Amino acid sequence: MIKRHSVIVVGSGLAGMRAAVAARESGADVGVISICMPVRSHSVAAQGGINAPLGNNPESKDDSVDRHAFDTVKGSDYLADQPAVIKLISLAKETIYELEHWGCPFSRSEDGRIGQRPFGGAGYPRTCFAADRTGHSVLHVAWERSVRLGVPVYEDRLVVKLTVKNKKVQGIIVLNFITGELEMWECDAVIFAIGGAGQIYGATSNALNCTGFGIAVSAWAGISMKDMEFIQFHPTCLYGNNVLISEAARGEGGYLRNNKGERFMEKYAPEQMELAPRDIVARSIYQEVLEGRGYGPKENGYVHLDLTHLPESQILERLPQIRELALRFSGQDMVKDPIPVQPGYHYTMGGIHVNENCASEEVEGFYACGEGTCVSVHGANRLGGNSLLECAVFGKVAGVEAAKYAKEATPSPDAKFTLFEALHEQEQEIDFWYSGEGKSDPFKIMEEMRNTMKFNVFVYREEESLKIALDKIRELKQQFNDGVYLKSKVRQYNRELEWVFALKGMLDESEAICMGALARKECRGGHWRLDHLKRDDANFLKHSLVSFADGEPKLSYQDVIITKWQPQERKY
Amino acid sequence: MSSTKETKILTFKIKRFNPVVDDKPYWDTYELECDDGTTVLIAIQELIAKQDGSIAMRYNCRAGVCGSCAVLVNNKYALACETLVLQLNKNVIKLEPLPSYPVIKDLVVDMSQFYEKLLAIEPYLKRDHSKDPETEILQSPEDFHIIEEATKCILCGACHSSCVSVWTDTNYLGPGALLKAFRFTNDTRDEDRRERLKRVTSEDGVYRCHTAFNCVEACPKELNPTEAIQTLKRQSAKQTLKFWSRS
Repeated sequence: MIKRHSVIVVGSGLAGMRAAVAARESGADVGVISICMPVRSHSVAAQGGINAPLGNNPESKDDSVDRHAFDTVKGSDYLADQPAVIKLISLAKETIYELEHWGCPFSRSEDGRIGQRPFGGAGYPRTCFAADRTGHSVLHVAWERSVRLGVPVYEDRLVVKLTVKNKKVQGIIVLNFITGELEMWECDAVIFAIGGAGQIYGATSNALNCTGFGIAVSAWAGISMKDMEFIQFHPTCLYGNNVLISEAARGEGGYLRNNKGERFMEKYAPEQMELAPRDIVARSIYQEVLEGRGYGPKENGYVHLDLTHLPESQILERLPQIRELALRFSGQDMVKDPIPVQPGYHYTMGGIHVNENCASEEVEGFYACGEGTCVSVHGANRLGGNSLLECAVFGKVAGVEAAKYAKEATPSPDAKFTLFEALHEQEQEIDFWYSGEGKSDPFKIMEEMRNTMKFNVFVYREEESLKIALDKIRELKQQFNDGVYLKSKVRQYNRELEWVFALKGMLDESEAICMGALARKECRGGHWRLDHLKRDDANFLKHSLVSFADGEPKLSYQDVIITKWQPQERKY
Repeated sequence: MSSTKETKILTFKIKRFNPVVDDKPYWDTYELECDDGTTVLIAIQELIAKQDGSIAMRYNCRAGVCGSCAVLVNNKYALACETLVLQLNKNVIKLEPLPSYPVIKDLVVDMSQFYEKLLAIEPYLKRDHSKDPETEILQSPEDFHIIEEATKCILCGACHSSCVSVWTDTNYLGPGALLKAFRFTNDTRDEDRRERLKRVTSEDGVYRCHTAFNCVEACPKELNPTEAIQTLKRQSAKQTLKFWSRS
C-alpha cells in the first residue's frame, strides 16, 4: 500500500518541525517522518542560544541586521553566500518573537525582555537563551505548535531512498523499525531536515542518530553534497565522551587555561580572547596540546575550562545543565574546579545543496533545511547561536516554499510504479544483508572509517594524510559493496540494520569530505591545511560540490555570491 | 577522572521480548569489559556492535536531554546514557523496559498512552495572538522562574510509568501530563488558565494523585511532578471557591 501526503517532511528536529508548521499554515497536507518522536531529535541538545539582533542587552543597543550579518559573513571566512545570510538575519527578529509568542520559555532580563548573552565572533551580546537548554526549549515549542495544528508525525521510521524520475520527486521508501518492513510514501514535495553527521567521526558532541544519512540519500537521488570538507570542531567538548559544554560557559565569562595556568587565547586572538570564533579557539587548543602545554596524551589531549572565578549563583542560574553533565561524566564541579575540554566534531557546515529558498536546482520538488543542508549561510565556519536560528528561519522558508510548489504540482502518472520499483530494489539489498552471504562485519568497517577520519581529517590537515584517508575510505566502501552481514536475523526493531544503512551513507559522506579537503589547497575557517597556510581567494572563493548522480563521485565548484562585503583578512 | 582507566568485566542481564515471535519475556546474559566512562547506553551499543545485533533500545542524545533511553537499571528508573555502570557498584547490571507500557521489543516500549494524556492537556500556549505585541510578550524573571522547573521536563515517560494511580486507572492524566499542564497554567502569557484548571480537575485529573511520590523518585531530571499536581489542586480549589481568592 502506498501512503501519501502532499508535503512530506523528513526529520523532526527544529528545522523539520518548523517546516511542517509552516507548510501546514500555508494550507498544505503535510506529514512528518522521523526516526524518533520530535522532542528526541538532536536540536534538543543545543545549549547556549539562538542569535538575533534584538538589542535587549544594555550593551547591544546599537546592534543591527547589518552588524549581525557582517559578523556571520566574517565568521564564515567569506565563504557564505551573502544574500542568503542577509535573508537569514533579516528574518531573525520576527522568528524569535514568533517562537516566544508560541510559548518558548526564554530566560528574561530584569525588564521582562528575552535575555541575551555574548557569544563567540559576535560584535554585540545577541544570543537569546533559555538557561543552557535553549535547543530543548525551542524544539519543544515547535513540537507544541505542530500539535496545536494537528500535524501527523510518523515515528520509528528511517527514510532509506528518495525516488526521482525525470528529475522530479516522486516519493520515498521508508524503513519502519517496528515492523521491520519497507513502506512507500508518495508526495508532491519532500523536505529533508535530517541533521548533522558527527557520527562519521564517533568523537562528537552529536547524537547517535546524527549520521547525516539523509545527505547521502539525497545524493544517491542526484542532489549534490556541498562544502562537505567544512566541519566545525567545537572547542569545548568534554574530555572523554565529547558531550558538549556550551560556548555559553565562555559567554558567561569562562577562561581557557593550559597546563601552566595561562589564558593562552591571548596569543591567538588578543581582542576577543575566549570568545573568538570556534574554528580559531579549537585550533588554539589543539596547538597548545601539540606543543605540550595541554593535559593527557598529545593525540587525545585536553585543556582546562575555568569558571571558578564566576559567582556560584551565576553558574547555577545560567549553566545548570552543563555543570551537571561535567560533574557526572568527569567528576569535576565547575563551581570549584576547572573542567577538561577538547575539540570534537560538532557541526556540519556543508550538506545537501540547495538555494536560498531551500530548493534544489537539481531535482524538482526537493527542499532541505537545517544542519544537514548547505544554503550556505555558515560558509567555512559557523558562529555559535546561528544554527538554531538557521533551523527556525530556513525551516519556515522550506515549509512555505514546498507548500507553494506542491499546490501547483501536477501528480506524476508513474509515481506508483517508480515507488514499487525502488521498494523492490531496496528489499533485495536488505535481504542480502540478512542472508549472511556478505563477508564483512559492518561495525568493523565503521570503526575503521571513524579512526581514518579522526586521525587524518581533523583540525589540522595536509595532503599526505588526506590522501591516506581518501584511499582508505574508498577501500572500506569497496569492502562494504562486496558485502556486509547482519549478525541477527530479527526483522523487528533491528538497530543493527539501521547502522548498516547509516554506514552506507557515512562512507559516501566521508568520501566527499576527503575529496573536498584534498582539493582545497588553502586555509579557510574550519578547513586548515598545514601545507597551504593561507586563504586563497583567487582559487578557492567557491563552494565545492560532490555529485553522486552517476554513481562515482565527481567534484566541481560553484562561485560564492558576494554582494556587500568584500573578503578581508580575518582577525579577532 | 577518566584518565585513570579502571576496567572491569560486568554481567548484563537484559529482559528480552519480541511479541511477534515470543510467547513471553525471557532474560539474556552478556559479559562486557567496562571502564569508568562506560554508561549503560555505551554498553548496549557495544553489545549491539560486537555480540548481539538484535537488542532493541531507543537512544539518541547521549547527554540526558532527549528522553529516549529511560529504562529500569537494577530496578530503578534511569536514563541509560547518564548511568555510569561502574558507579552502580554491582557485578550484574539488570536492564528492563519501563513498566506499565506495552513492550514493542526488548527495551523499546509503546508510549502512546503517555503521549495521548500529554495531548489531552493541550500542551501549547493559548492566547489571542491577534493582540500579540510586535516584540516579545514581557515576562518578569520571577514569573519565568515559576514555570522554569517544569519546562525542564524531557518527556521521557518514566514518571507516567512509575505512577500507582496510572496503574489502577488508565484514564488518569498522570504526573507527566499534569506537570506540563502546570507549566502552561502558570505561564503568565497563557490566557486559558480558567479552562485549564477545569480540565485538570476532571475525574481523571489531579485528584487521582494520592501523593505516593513515585514520580519524584522516578524522574531522572529530579523534577517534582507531585508538587506541581498539589499546586494545581490548590489553584483550582481557589478558582472554584471564589471567596478564598477575595480574602
